[in-house]
Amino acid sequence: MSLARIQLPDQAARGEAVEVRITIRHPMETGFRRDEAGVRQRRNAIVALVCRYRGTEVFRAITSPGIAANPTLRFYLRADRTGDLDFWWIDDDNVEGTAKARLVVA
Amino acid sequence: MKRRRFLAFSLAAIPFSGTAQPNAHISTIDPLVRSFTGGRDVLPGKVTLVLPKIADNGNSVPVTVKVDSPMTAADHVRSVHLISEKNPVRDMASFYFGPHLARAEFTTRLRLNGSQRVVAIAGLSDGSFWSDLVQIEVREAACTED
Repeated sequence: MSLARIQLPDQAARGEAVEVRITIRHPMETGFRRDEAGVRQRRNAIVALVCRYRGTEVFRAITSPGIAANPTLRFYLRADRTGDLDFWWIDDDNVEGTAKARLVVA
Repeated sequence: MKRRRFLAFSLAAIPFSGTAQPNAHISTIDPLVRSFTGGRDVLPGKVTLVLPKIADNGNSVPVTVKVDSPMTAADHVRSVHLISEKNPVRDMASFYFGPHLARAEFTTRLRLNGSQRVVAIAGLSDGSFWSDLVQIEVREAACTED
């Protein structure tokens, strides 16, 4: 159900600030919205997201419906060595998602 | 939820002050603020909260938070909390990171339920807390409460 896109530069130099972007397809349903029939839509938002770089946690977000639908996040990682960026997240329905990208450090 | 809405007024009631007084633009007795700071002083400065002055639509408002920090093992930002004055969920998001990041900066998108003040509080590795406050005009609110 969850789909994500990670954007990274093709390669980075050691010590460089690497712009990491992720966009996750998710409604971030607030729990306050009603559909056309007037039925209140149950809240379902991503509540936590963790990014690990070569196995070490580098960024964690605890989120709510105060974050817009299809959440995007951009931060600047310090490039160390070539390795994977692993994203993991979970929503109010306990549905987990993952996404992975390889950071190449020349 | 009603309690949260009531508490929003405690933040609203405090007038903005441009002076560098601790807690000048934040209520440290606000239980939400306390849950992050443990009651310690929150100083204005170091944090830059970047939001547009006016958003036509509150459904997706870009926000960037930057903190003046060298991001070294000895001196870095540990957390950033984004607090809304008027959203039904005031505790919009918290972000935790450290010296693995090259910059104490990130960007995301918020939902804002109408014109309001937004506060960013940053917790540093030395245990201090710093903040910034921005007033934003939202022409069309994101969530309609009833």
